[in-house]
Amino acid sequence: MRGPHDVGGLSAGPVDQTPHDQDHWEKEIDALNQLLAQKGYRKTDENRRAIENLGHDAYNTLTYYERWAGALARVLIDKGVLTQDEVDAKVAAVRARLARDAA
Amino acid sequence: MGGDFSPGTRVRVREDFPLGHIRTPVYMRGKEGVVTRRLGRFPNPETLAIGRDGLPRKVLYEVRFRQADLWPDYAGGPADTVDADIYEHWLEQI
Repeated sequence: MRGPHDVGGLSAGPVDQTPHDQDHWEKEIDALNQLLAQKGYRKTDENRRAIENLGHDAYNTLTYYERWAGALARVLIDKGVLTQDEVDAKVAAVRARLARDAA
Repeated sequence: MGGDFSPGTRVRVREDFPLGHIRTPVYMRGKEGVVTRRLGRFPNPETLAIGRDGLPRKVLYEVRFRQADLWPDYAGGPADTVDADIYEHWLEQI
């Protein structure tokens, strides 16, 4: 079973090496990850498992920090820190807020 | 499997494809190389990944592979190698 991350030897296109700034939310995900590790809620290997389990389509479509965010939610749900309903409700609230802001 | 390998020992990587978080790259599985260094004992990432404590610790080795042994159509020089860190339970002595 070859995970979507395990691409050694597969053909691939050129690597985009254009430098780019991180968005604020990406820094927030990084900070959240580190804080949750310090507090003992997650380990690097748990995050890796969750990222590798996103599936080929999601793994190859999502950006780097989108994968982190998805994996972090997965780990916290698996461990009972959050429930799927809580995550869904928060996502719906954020979507509604963004729609209002855009209007 | 999982012996105490000193530098210079020829080893083969397990040709196994389990589910889960595995740090042994697929392209090295079933291939032969030489132990170059014993790096220490570390919590097992495969069990850390599923919320356990990673114990007992596993010995991590640096293993050197000839590129020509990894890639059937390798076009580079015969002396080209690649090193990888591989846990003891993925290695067997040849």
